[in-house]
Amino acid sequence: MDLNFTTEDQTFREEVRSFLRDHLPSGVRHKVLNGTHLDRDDYLAWQRALHARGWGGPSWPAEFGGTGWTPVQQYIFDEACAEAGAPRLVPFGLKMVAPVIMAFGNKAQQDRFLPPILAGTEWWCQGYSEPGAGSDLASLKTRAVRDGDHYVVNGQKTWTTLGQYADWIFCLVRTDPDAKPQRGISFLLIDMKSPGITVRPIITMDGLHEVNEVWLEDVRVPAENLIGEENKGWTYAKFLLGHERTNIAGIGIAKRELARLKRIATSETRHGQPLLQDPLFSAEIARVEIDLMALEITNLRVLSAEAENRAPGPEASILKIKGSEIQQRLLELMTEAIGPQALPFDRDAMAAGYQGDYPLAAYARTPTWQYLNLRKLTIYGGSNEIQRNIISQMILGL
Amino acid sequence: MDFTFTEEQNMLVDTAERFVSKEYGFETRNRIIGSEAGMSKAVWQGLADLGLLALLVPEEEGGLNAGPVETMLVMSALGKGLLVEPYLSSAVMSTRAIAALAGAEQRAEWLEQMLAGTLIVAFAHDEHGARHDPLAVETRAVRIGDGYLLDGRKSVIRHASQAGMLLISARVDDGIALFAVDRDTPGVRLATYPSVDGARAADVFLEQVYLPESRRLGQGDSSDTLLAVLDTGLAALCGEALGVLQRSLDTTIEYARTRKQFGVQIGKFQALQHRMADMLIHVEQARSMTYLAAVRVLDNDAARRAAALSAAKVVVGEACRFVGQQAVQIHGGMGVTDELDISHCFKRLFAIEKTFGSALDHLDRYRRTLAA
Ligand SMILES: Cc1cc2nc3c(=O)[nH]c(=O)nc-3n(C[C@H](O)[C@H](O)[C@H](O)COP(=O)(O)OP(=O)(O)OC[C@H]3O[C@@H](n4cnc5c(N)ncnc54)[C@H](O)[C@@H]3O)c2cc1C
Ligand SMILES: Cc1cc2nc3c(=O)[nH]c(=O)nc-3n(C[C@H](O)[C@H](O)[C@H](O)COP(=O)(O)OP(=O)(O)OC[C@H]3O[C@@H](n4cnc5c(N)ncnc54)[C@H](O)[C@@H]3O)c2cc1C
Repeated sequence: MDLNFTTEDQTFREEVRSFLRDHLPSGVRHKVLNGTHLDRDDYLAWQRALHARGWGGPSWPAEFGGTGWTPVQQYIFDEACAEAGAPRLVPFGLKMVAPVIMAFGNKAQQDRFLPPILAGTEWWCQGYSEPGAGSDLASLKTRAVRDGDHYVVNGQKTWTTLGQYADWIFCLVRTDPDAKPQRGISFLLIDMKSPGITVRPIITMDGLHEVNEVWLEDVRVPAENLIGEENKGWTYAKFLLGHERTNIAGIGIAKRELARLKRIATSETRHGQPLLQDPLFSAEIARVEIDLMALEITNLRVLSAEAENRAPGPEASILKIKGSEIQQRLLELMTEAIGPQALPFDRDAMAAGYQGDYPLAAYARTPTWQYLNLRKLTIYGGSNEIQRNIISQMILGL
Repeated sequence: MDFTFTEEQNMLVDTAERFVSKEYGFETRNRIIGSEAGMSKAVWQGLADLGLLALLVPEEEGGLNAGPVETMLVMSALGKGLLVEPYLSSAVMSTRAIAALAGAEQRAEWLEQMLAGTLIVAFAHDEHGARHDPLAVETRAVRIGDGYLLDGRKSVIRHASQAGMLLISARVDDGIALFAVDRDTPGVRLATYPSVDGARAADVFLEQVYLPESRRLGQGDSSDTLLAVLDTGLAALCGEALGVLQRSLDTTIEYARTRKQFGVQIGKFQALQHRMADMLIHVEQARSMTYLAAVRVLDNDAARRAAALSAAKVVVGEACRFVGQQAVQIHGGMGVTDELDISHCFKRLFAIEKTFGSALDHLDRYRRTLAA
């Protein structure tokens, strides 16, 4: 047993770190490290910077213009980026639809759709969930009816993250209403500029517009935008859900947030003593740090199984559950650390470069909105209850 | 032992609950928290008309002279409505402080207006960095001539911008004193912001604020009264928490009964049933400790009183966190939207947990009593 990265991996990490030192703009870095909300350009500019270095597709095979990195290298890259304060890569194109297009799309689709994702020139969103189809995704109702060389799509998608920025949406649609639910679903790529698409904002409790309703009314979609075969969409969707695993635990993000928590706990005091030395509070930090330590090793175990081509199994659920709970706990502890300063909630003061008359320490302005925002982590992408069901059924055999 | 409420107490609950359900629906509340003022004058007047602003006013002064149990019950009813008006600050804490400390002329001037609803008084005690160490007051009042000069900063003061008058604690030569400061007094500056739960709060900056002697409440060191007022506030806050907790639980159960996935109501999934059972346990434990707080808040032994109230805040605070988080979780994506009231309950529970010391702050305070 050896828990260390190989020398090559360590050299690789240094290479990534040095790139980050030279190319991560300080403005966006500052935003990420302080929990400030990022806008569309922050994400796209970073994708373009990576693309310029040849790293636009860290999880992609070389034949599609990706880096061809091993899962361990991808992990190292993700972790180094997160720790340095790089924006997360927008997953919908890069990590969700792209692998499906690579595995099941035809050559024309690959040529058309993959390069703009890599270059950061087209934004994708995910059209899976519907008002009636959340955890029970297979019950989705959005209908697509073949009409000559088009599909005519009617229905409603919801919770569409950053759909307001999107050029394209990948949708699960029902093409055979008579088959068993999983059998009648197809996977369609839809241009967001198509007539008949309406995007309506959903405001979340943090006051942000991050998710949307997407209404589809007689939207005509060229049949050439169907991925793979009609009525096989569920297979592709499941492939997608099982694909993105190296970063699902968010170890790098959690380490970064742990460091931020410690910085706050150095500035805030109780009985004249920094919270980092307060017996109660430091015990809480220690507990989450230890939890994270265990998860990191669990994550590496999953990665090396994947590197040896052992089929990645339902243990991704362990990573999702623990990773989301740890991130939520870190933000909870930050709000604890700032005490009553967690109560003021002024969106203007949370923006980067705020110069106004807001009487709180800079580090105290963002934890509360993030704490509210991150409630989503245990709900989306298969809720933690659904993940526990998966563990019970697939691992425990119950 | 007797856990029942009197006829009068039940009527009080009835009055407050009826007012909230008639006058404080979710839509109305949304309009109020979105308005410039951040509170409703009409609602405040309504509370005055029902006599609820007179709850803690002594009988001689036209009040109901009610105690902590009544306060708890009213706060719980208002909590169910997620009321953002300054009831706790003005009608409970400031009223209690004035009733305990103010001289005859002061009472005549303030209490009458307060119970009529024409004067709102914010209780401005907390300071930056004090972390709810209740006597960590750095604001100073220096005697000059026949008055005082106040300097300092009060932090995250709920409703300061909506109040006509602030009760400000400040260090004087012989301890801590309370001063009544009109909001528009020269030298008083407010930095106002929304609070996470939709109410308004402010930091209050005091710079060479001159006050005549007649603006000081009481003589000598008022620390003991101050502690008693803070504990009254904490006990009342626990009462409010109960109302929000109960609403969160009820709303969640109702949602689990109606939302269907996989062809059944999600309330049929045992994982969620057990979660809701745990929520109920938290609510009931919080209720027990809120009763304890309401009874012990009258204890004149400050140390014993503080221990009981801290114990209450630990249990109530943890309930706020668990019930709030699980209520959102069980609502799935709907739980994180601004559109449903459950996220508003969640945010109020979050704020309550952070007010007058978090559960961890009070665990610390309680822990220190063990060796004493
Ligand atoms: C911020 C945010 C962003 C999102 N972004 C996207 C996106 O970009 N694209 C997209 O398609 N979707 C997105 N989603 C949707 C997300 O995947 C769904 O919210 C999720 O699948 C849960 O579905 P639901 O909200 O309908 O909750 P429901 O399925 O109604 O679940 C409600 C509760 O019941 C529990 N539950 C359900 N079934 C079971 C069971 N069998 N056993 C035990 N408990 C159960 C759930 O865990 C949850 O606690 C997003 C959601 C959020 C909150
Ligand atoms: C120290 C001790 C003293 C006892 N004294 C008495 C006594 O004085 N009189 C008497 O009559 N009995 C007594 N019992 C027996 C006790 O009531 C049973 O052990 C108990 O009812 C559980 O039954 P079981 O052991 O068959 O476990 P099972 O019923 O087989 O349960 C096994 C596990 O499954 C869980 N489980 C079962 N059904 C469900 C469900 N529907 N949903 C979720 N989880 C479930 C249980 O919680 C448990 O964790 C005693 C037991 C012990 C250990």
